[in-house]
Amino acid sequence: MKKTISILISALIMCTSFAGCSAKKETVTTDGSTSMEKVIGVLGETFEADTGITVTYNPTGSGSGIKAVAAGTCDIGLSSRMLKDEEKSQGLSETILAYDGIAIIVNPENPVDDLDVETIAKIYTGEIANWSEVGGNDSEIVLIGREAGSGTRDGFESITGTEDKCAYRQELTSTGDVITTVSQNPDAIGYASVASVKDTVRAVKVGGVAATEATIKDGSYVIQRPFVLVTKTDTKLSGSAQKFFDYITSEKARDSISSAGVVAAN
Amino acid sequence: MKKNKIVERAVHGVFLILGLLTLGCVLLITVYLIISGIPAIKEIGLFDFLFGTRWASTAEEPSYGILPFILTSIYGTAGAIVIGVPIGFFSAVYLSKFAAPKIKGFMENAVSLLAGIPSVVYGLVGMLVLVPGIRTLFDIPDGASLAAAIIVLAIMILPSIIKVSMTALEAVPKEYEDASLALGATPVETCFRVSVPAAKSGIAAAVVLGVGRAIGEAMAVMMVSGNVPNMPSLFQSVRFLTTAVASEMSYSSGLQQQALFSIALVLFLFIMLINAVLNFFLKKENC
Repeated sequence: MKKTISILISALIMCTSFAGCSAKKETVTTDGSTSMEKVIGVLGETFEADTGITVTYNPTGSGSGIKAVAAGTCDIGLSSRMLKDEEKSQGLSETILAYDGIAIIVNPENPVDDLDVETIAKIYTGEIANWSEVGGNDSEIVLIGREAGSGTRDGFESITGTEDKCAYRQELTSTGDVITTVSQNPDAIGYASVASVKDTVRAVKVGGVAATEATIKDGSYVIQRPFVLVTKTDTKLSGSAQKFFDYITSEKARDSISSAGVVAAN
Repeated sequence: MKKNKIVERAVHGVFLILGLLTLGCVLLITVYLIISGIPAIKEIGLFDFLFGTRWASTAEEPSYGILPFILTSIYGTAGAIVIGVPIGFFSAVYLSKFAAPKIKGFMENAVSLLAGIPSVVYGLVGMLVLVPGIRTLFDIPDGASLAAAIIVLAIMILPSIIKVSMTALEAVPKEYEDASLALGATPVETCFRVSVPAAKSGIAAAVVLGVGRAIGEAMAVMMVSGNVPNMPSLFQSVRFLTTAVASEMSYSSGLQQQALFSIALVLFLFIMLINAVLNFFLKKENC
């Protein structure tokens, strides 16, 4: 008898928790690039403070975000790369929200301070395999990268022209893992969003230019990529989603966007 | 009387539904995996898929060979068994036959705790301690490797091996041991000549269970193995079947995603095979 009661109680609890979900507030759902977590988080907070509309964010990755918009399971997709032609032909359109610089990071113990894009490409393709060839210690370079399909990897490889040629030692699945690994290994080199670089690693200059907001915006820091909002071309956004879209692409959002460490496009 | 019967029926019904729910989940997953795993295999070709040595899913000319993943999973699991089974087996023998009750109680708790640690914690400790450790110890450029994964897996399968072996050893009838001792055998002789042979199918089941855990682990392995689709080698960065699915799934599209489902299907078949072997040993024990 006791068992029946406990089963009934747990069933009741389940019912109420489902009911809790279905009580709907006005929300905007976003889904996509893990690199955009910070910027969307900040924008969502300020937008909610202004309008009371909640913005949810699901960090699934650019590819999943684009798919989610196409499938209609979220309002706005977030992608840290431009859409591919096959994706555009599915009736999706892109709006650039901001530019993100990709920092080339090394261990703080590493004396190398400046590399140009060509050298970085040579390092990542394995042509330069020892730090001494670029003015560092005599030790093998350990290449840390991201997994195939990652927006950061796609951005890095397309900018440096090393698509499918990188001889990675490790392919990690998050920016945090890359930073941790580089901070643990004095011979490692990696890449990560400028916004997420911490003190445990050091960002090198690229062709003499440090990655800062000004250099990313004026294009002199060359390793950078767009943060893109993906929407359906022929379906109108819901009222609240349209409001959010207008807000984040307006000048008002510029401060919030730069507080997230990236450079606003508008 | 009648009321009791109704309650009885209702409870019966609830249990039946809950049981069917489990069955439904298994069926759903199996059918889904088969349906979503077959198309990519068809497109790539079974031979090229299973025995291709190059995996480059996002390349200009993509190539989907999963032999490196299959071999890595097999080598990794075998390595974990080679290290984990002796440790686990002798621990189980010690705990069930020789340890003082106090030590036994304490150790059993420790083993349970080891089983309860989430795999991401194993991965994190491995990433921060084991990987740099291997790097300095073996003087290689980077420590994330098959070796690191094997060590993490060996530790992770210890609890299941110890617990299942212990249960099997403790189930050996005391009369067997008493008889052996009465005939003049020492406790150690009794243990290895009488108790262990009597419990052998249970111990075999423990090993198979360990294999199942090791081959299915993703998170911890992903954090220490480097995830590059190389052919397996002890101090190279490698990618397992599980991590191949987990690391690319979030950004995948098109044939790449379908191929990941196919990898999952291969992994599923491996695990089915292991379960079949496990059932075989367990049935043998019951007879």
